[in-house]
Amino acid sequence: MGLVINQKLVNDETGKQLVELCPFNAISYENGKLDIGVGCKLCKMCVRKGPQGVVTFQEDEIVKVNKDEWNGICVYADSDHGVLHKVTFELIGKAKELASVINHPVYALLIGNNCDEDIKELLSYGVDKVFVYEHEELRDFDIEKYANCFSDFIETVKPSSILVGATNVGRCLAPRVAARFHTGLTADCTRLEMKENTDLVQIRPAFGGNIMAQIVNPNRRPQFCTVRYKIFNSPEKVEEPKGEVVRVEIKQEWLKSNTEILKIEEKPRELDISEADVIVAVGRGLKSVDDLAMVNELAELLGGVVACSRPMVEAGIFDAKHQIGLSGKTVKPKLIITLGISGAIQFTAGMNGSDCIIAVNSDPEAQIFDVCNYGIVGDMYEVIPQLIKQIKGE
Amino acid sequence: MNIIVCIKQVPGTTNVNVDPVTGTLIRDGVAAKMNPYDLYALELGFKLKDKHGGTLNVVSMGPNSALEVIREAIYMGADGGVLISDRKFGGADVLATSYTLCSGILALGDFDVILCGKQTTDGDTAQVGSELAEHLKVPHAANVRDVDVDGDRIKYVSNLDNKIVTAKIKTPCLLCVDGEVNTPRLPSFKRKLQYGDCAEQIRIITFDDLQDKDETHYGLKGSPTQVERIFNPDKKSEKEIIKDGNLASEMYKILRDRKFV
Repeated sequence: MGLVINQKLVNDETGKQLVELCPFNAISYENGKLDIGVGCKLCKMCVRKGPQGVVTFQEDEIVKVNKDEWNGICVYADSDHGVLHKVTFELIGKAKELASVINHPVYALLIGNNCDEDIKELLSYGVDKVFVYEHEELRDFDIEKYANCFSDFIETVKPSSILVGATNVGRCLAPRVAARFHTGLTADCTRLEMKENTDLVQIRPAFGGNIMAQIVNPNRRPQFCTVRYKIFNSPEKVEEPKGEVVRVEIKQEWLKSNTEILKIEEKPRELDISEADVIVAVGRGLKSVDDLAMVNELAELLGGVVACSRPMVEAGIFDAKHQIGLSGKTVKPKLIITLGISGAIQFTAGMNGSDCIIAVNSDPEAQIFDVCNYGIVGDMYEVIPQLIKQIKGE
Repeated sequence: MNIIVCIKQVPGTTNVNVDPVTGTLIRDGVAAKMNPYDLYALELGFKLKDKHGGTLNVVSMGPNSALEVIREAIYMGADGGVLISDRKFGGADVLATSYTLCSGILALGDFDVILCGKQTTDGDTAQVGSELAEHLKVPHAANVRDVDVDGDRIKYVSNLDNKIVTAKIKTPCLLCVDGEVNTPRLPSFKRKLQYGDCAEQIRIITFDDLQDKDETHYGLKGSPTQVERIFNPDKKSEKEIIKDGNLASEMYKILRDRKFV
């Protein structure tokens, strides 16, 4: 790896200094020997902040990819038996923005059966080309068949960047295909930008979710990322769709599979907090399960739903479907009130696109106040009961 | 049945901040633990083993401290564990991590099913399992909620956005297990007394044990993605912080002015 230790400069002082400096406890110093272990995340803190010259970073010679050969920004059209997931349109909107920087076309890749309606809808959002892999054996999602079609698309079209919605299907399919092309994949990006040299700048919360990382994939193509629903905005439809439809002939060998689907059931309609206009979210500030009554009452008065942060799910107080954040749902309601939530990025990454954020927390230093529109520094147990009375006009 | 469960040691807390002055990472020194999502995969593995026999081994990639979570898995009921650890594996992104796991697992010999947790709490990418399946060239399924054996196949139930899918998959295969699908067992004190530091149950695999000795496939060199910079998230510049006065009335005014009540 790229970090080189100059053992001549290693002594008890510099050794101990480096061991303490490493935020990932990846540096060890024993019997006069300094070592960097597998925990290393290449943050290069030891190079930049450590004793001069003890650890240095050596750039490796890298085989460069010819970026001009890779053209176009592709959106994977996530279709569930003829119903396109709305994240697809949000990604088309973002793809158009990114493509305009480098003057690339925007493609949609559609895999399924009976695709006509989906094709029409994709074109209506102004994509330049829809590549269609249509076959009755592609009706149900099958990881092997879909990955084969996806791979054929990449080999034939050579798109520069591919955006995939972070649905359960997308999260299963994108890594499989990215690994096949030995390329990078950045999950759950919250911001995407395009460089002039076609490098896709992928920004996401990292290291457990309290800081943001800006990630690039400079020496491989295609560039792969996944984005969750409700991170970007859905674009307007175009008045006169002009995009082209490319139907690809399916080869029998792509349809081989080791999986046999026995049964597909519709899930019973369950609460989806990402569709709510008003959310009251509660976190560790809640002292007892009984106190949920006032949270529920506030949500009801505002015509909203109740959601929570991760510790509440881990404590078994809420079901995971109520959870906002990186390991839960992303929400973008008109109003969200957070009660007793400190606001780790793990949480805020899932809600900071909301139109109006009102945070109630007794700790004036809580991170939630960095992302809110209105911060109420106070005890939810004093504020909320009074607020409920006022709303009820008592 | 030869079952492998992939586990990872993660920090006990996710509180990491960037020091605004020095730009260094500040990490609370709280003890590490087993990634909570891996516990569900382990429990599902124990269920398969209890019903159909065979062996269950855990595999982890990480520094030597990760031996702790391997021991914990053995105290829970795993037959043995493997730690894939080498300085050459440092700085790995998803592609290099999954490839290293693949090489390590291939060095172990045959398997019937590999179970992975849904995601880790320190990376939160939920990608390593699927990439591992691709490297191993075995079929896989994600968001698996339940498994059973059906002849020479594994029958599973998976949660696919709006659908629940029941399917049969040929072995060898890999399954990524959803969260909260069972109640993971606790480590057994009896097994802890019996196995102690588990020296006989644990094997450590280093770079030299792998068949593919091309260093450009591992660690930083095998990682196509690069972190250009890390930073604290933007703070909202236009905001109102209310500390004094009747907070409930102030909050009511905001809701009324913005027509929420």
